[in-house]
Amino acid sequence: MWVYVGRRLLLAIPTLLGASVIVFAMVHLAPGDPIAAVMPAESSAAEIEATKRAYGFDRPLPVQYLVWLQRVAQGDLGRSIATRRPVILDVRDALANSLVLALSSSLLAFVVGIALGLLSAFRQGRLLDKLCAALAVIGVSVPHYWAGIILIIVFSVQLNWLPAMGAADDPGLLPFLRHIALPTVALALIPLGVITRVVRSAALDILNQEFVTALRAKGLAARRVFIHVLKNSAPQILTVLGLQFGFQLGGSVLVESVFSWPGTGYLLNLAIFQRDIPVLQGVILVLATFFVLLNLAVDLLQTLIDPRIARH
Amino acid sequence: MAPLAGVEAATDAVAAVPAAPMSYWRTVGWRLGRDRTTLAAGGGLLVIVLAALLAPWLAPYDPSAGSIRLRLAWPGTPGHWLGTDEQGRDMLSRLLWGGRMTLVAGLTPVLVAFVVGSALGIAAGFVGRTTSTLIMRTMDIFYAFPSVLLAIAISGALGPGLANTLISLSIVFIPRVVRVAESATVQVKGLEYIAAARVSGAGMGAIVRHHLLANVLGPILVFASTQVSLSIILAAGLSFLGLGVTPPAAEWGLMLNTLRQSIYVNALVPALPGLAIFATSMAFNLLSDGLRDAMEVRG
Amino acid sequence: MSAPLLRVRGLTKHFPLRGGLLGRTRAWVRAVDGVSFDVNAGETLGIVGESGCGKSTLARLLLRLVDPDAGTVTFEGEDVLRASPSRMKRLRRDLQLVFQDPYASLNPRLPIEDAVAFSLLVHGTPRGEARERARALLGRVGLDPRMHGRRYAHELSGGQRQRVNIARALVLDPRLLVLDEPVSALDKSVQAQVLNLLQDLKAERALTYVLISHDLNVIEYVSDRVLVMYLGEVVETGSAEALAQSPRHPYTQALFASAPSMDPDRRMEQPPIAGDPPNPIDPPSGCRFRTRCPFAMPRCAEASPPFVPVDAGHEVACYLYEMEPAARG
Repeated sequence: MWVYVGRRLLLAIPTLLGASVIVFAMVHLAPGDPIAAVMPAESSAAEIEATKRAYGFDRPLPVQYLVWLQRVAQGDLGRSIATRRPVILDVRDALANSLVLALSSSLLAFVVGIALGLLSAFRQGRLLDKLCAALAVIGVSVPHYWAGIILIIVFSVQLNWLPAMGAADDPGLLPFLRHIALPTVALALIPLGVITRVVRSAALDILNQEFVTALRAKGLAARRVFIHVLKNSAPQILTVLGLQFGFQLGGSVLVESVFSWPGTGYLLNLAIFQRDIPVLQGVILVLATFFVLLNLAVDLLQTLIDPRIARH
Repeated sequence: MAPLAGVEAATDAVAAVPAAPMSYWRTVGWRLGRDRTTLAAGGGLLVIVLAALLAPWLAPYDPSAGSIRLRLAWPGTPGHWLGTDEQGRDMLSRLLWGGRMTLVAGLTPVLVAFVVGSALGIAAGFVGRTTSTLIMRTMDIFYAFPSVLLAIAISGALGPGLANTLISLSIVFIPRVVRVAESATVQVKGLEYIAAARVSGAGMGAIVRHHLLANVLGPILVFASTQVSLSIILAAGLSFLGLGVTPPAAEWGLMLNTLRQSIYVNALVPALPGLAIFATSMAFNLLSDGLRDAMEVRG
Repeated sequence: MSAPLLRVRGLTKHFPLRGGLLGRTRAWVRAVDGVSFDVNAGETLGIVGESGCGKSTLARLLLRLVDPDAGTVTFEGEDVLRASPSRMKRLRRDLQLVFQDPYASLNPRLPIEDAVAFSLLVHGTPRGEARERARALLGRVGLDPRMHGRRYAHELSGGQRQRVNIARALVLDPRLLVLDEPVSALDKSVQAQVLNLLQDLKAERALTYVLISHDLNVIEYVSDRVLVMYLGEVVETGSAEALAQSPRHPYTQALFASAPSMDPDRRMEQPPIAGDPPNPIDPPSGCRFRTRCPFAMPRCAEASPPFVPVDAGHEVACYLYEMEPAARG
């Protein structure tokens, strides 16, 4: 099993490197002079020269990549064109905020999704199943940014129960919860739908296997069958949970911009609007790295639960 | 929990097998025809697509023409059944024209991904270990990014515009299709009728054409159909962020963005473009669900 | 005595087992090890052995679906394993294979007459003629083409599917047919029908069969000569009668004694052979059967026993029989 762990870790490295190549290439994909992509227009000639040397723009492309990679590894993600602040600081703060939102939204989506999925599977064909399935399809089809706007319209504008904008001004748990409530629901809808469907499908696969019929015919208590189904569908469920958490981290871009939530999505949106390439690069690189590590963690967790996977 | 409750196989109409022998695809069609939900979704989708296609004839007004006097009129205003937007442009016309943009931006990347992804995936599954490793590891790199992020990264670099949106979304979906295609190909490749074809003396090309494709394209098609709704949401989402289609073009995501500030004045009009995205996305999802159920091989 | 139709010499195939961090080869599965035999024109050679003895790998090696690590396969004097692609395509008309699994061996998307006709299309027969011949052959194997021709595999029973397999193998008019467990997946009553069909076809078309099975009854029923395999090696060959009446190798004896009988007088209390077949990954040194052999001697562990003739056309690889020529004086 440890061999599998080692091999998985080894595989993650070229993936990360490949991702970094893509992020690096963004600067050179953008139309225009790469320097203009990293420096504000009104920089002095000396500043431009200094940046040129620091980034290695006068050297061949592969060397530039290595220079950039080295600086990134040391934590230097460059400076924002708009604010002149080091990108790493902004990204760090934003990431914290996004994680909070992604975690709360994941909690909602996972708990409700798994509950609905299992409920659906054990009541297959009945009204409850059809209701849950309908809810799941709705969840999967709804554009989350639109859902956010609707939630704002209903709960903020019309009913004035919950605030429409970002992080709380007043400290304390209640204001925090009030501010995070709507974005959480909006972000959770699509993952909720996906998770419900996957859990239902995985649980049904196991329930329909013949040996479950055999277990039940032997009189195994319903609760034990339930636990058995849970254990056997755990790997599949875990995979989708990991994927959806990643989606929420990435998909938060849209929801955060709707609610002005000061996370990575908001930062990304701002960077796009301002054509602030260093910030764009920094955010995407950090998020991609996070995502790769997350997938790695999910894979390794799966091997713990089901050692058969490791034998591939 | 009643005993054997969850174990009863659902005897859907969809799971049935027709009496007379039919080719596989005709069986699929027959099953689809008996599934009411799918038919309804298909019908709804047809309405949406037709409305978008016929926009030049159906739209009562020019979608870019508006007068500030009439801005943010509520739905039901005579002459503007769905209201007007923040620049006074007729919502019905903009929704019809916007549908064309959104549908194109949503469908094209999936079509491209289907073709390119299938080719790459089948090659990876069938040809040999080196080709397979090369293709699959390259795809893994793209998998490092959540889809939204990848779309934003590429669009962010390329800039706004419909063409760039199509490119970036195609790149998002191709790795997914490749994975499914490779997996299906590997599974079919191990079956004995492929070995039988080799024993008959068939070359690789003949085997792929006659035996592999027919059995592999089905699952790939089902998967591709599940991605359409996501593609539409992403395409509109990119426009929402200012990365996709640019003003003054009408596109549902873009409309959602520009109308966002107006929710304090008129709550209903801003909801409409999103509703359109939602309805279209849902129709595609129900359709692809029905397709997947109908295509399951029984017996 | 004319030259044998098929000559197999020293056929060997080892599969690597990869493991470890970099996927290095940790061990080898010695599926087929130095197998040699002849097949004469017009006969049925039965190859019998338990699971894991390498029979299916052997079938694939003979048809060059898998490349061997060593050895030769000669068909009518021509080297099958080194033939050029164009020669190979020609040879494919003469050598055919009937597969074991009637469920996985037919393309679920093709009507069965197209599945049969495909082989002809590959070799350039025009479409109309190919279909005609396919339909005729389906009729010959017992499936009325007017009723079944356009049917799909999932609409047929196991026995019917196997008939389609046979038709597909015969449509190219081969000389030699390798049958890998052709009736194992079928009900007993259907087995007899399919075996009888195979016998009729063989007589009609002057075919030569290599039939592989783990079922002794099947082997006894159709074979002229029999080859017994154990863990990748041949341990005994001889005519079907000779092996049935006086099996020499301890493994062959155990095999024949293990066949369940309906005759109450033939009951025994103890099974004639104990244990499971060992793993082909790490076979015992010397004679591979020695760990289960009731007659094992110390020298059995040293080296693999060579083939020794005990009768006309009857050979055994066992040290027990090395003494016999001397004992016979």
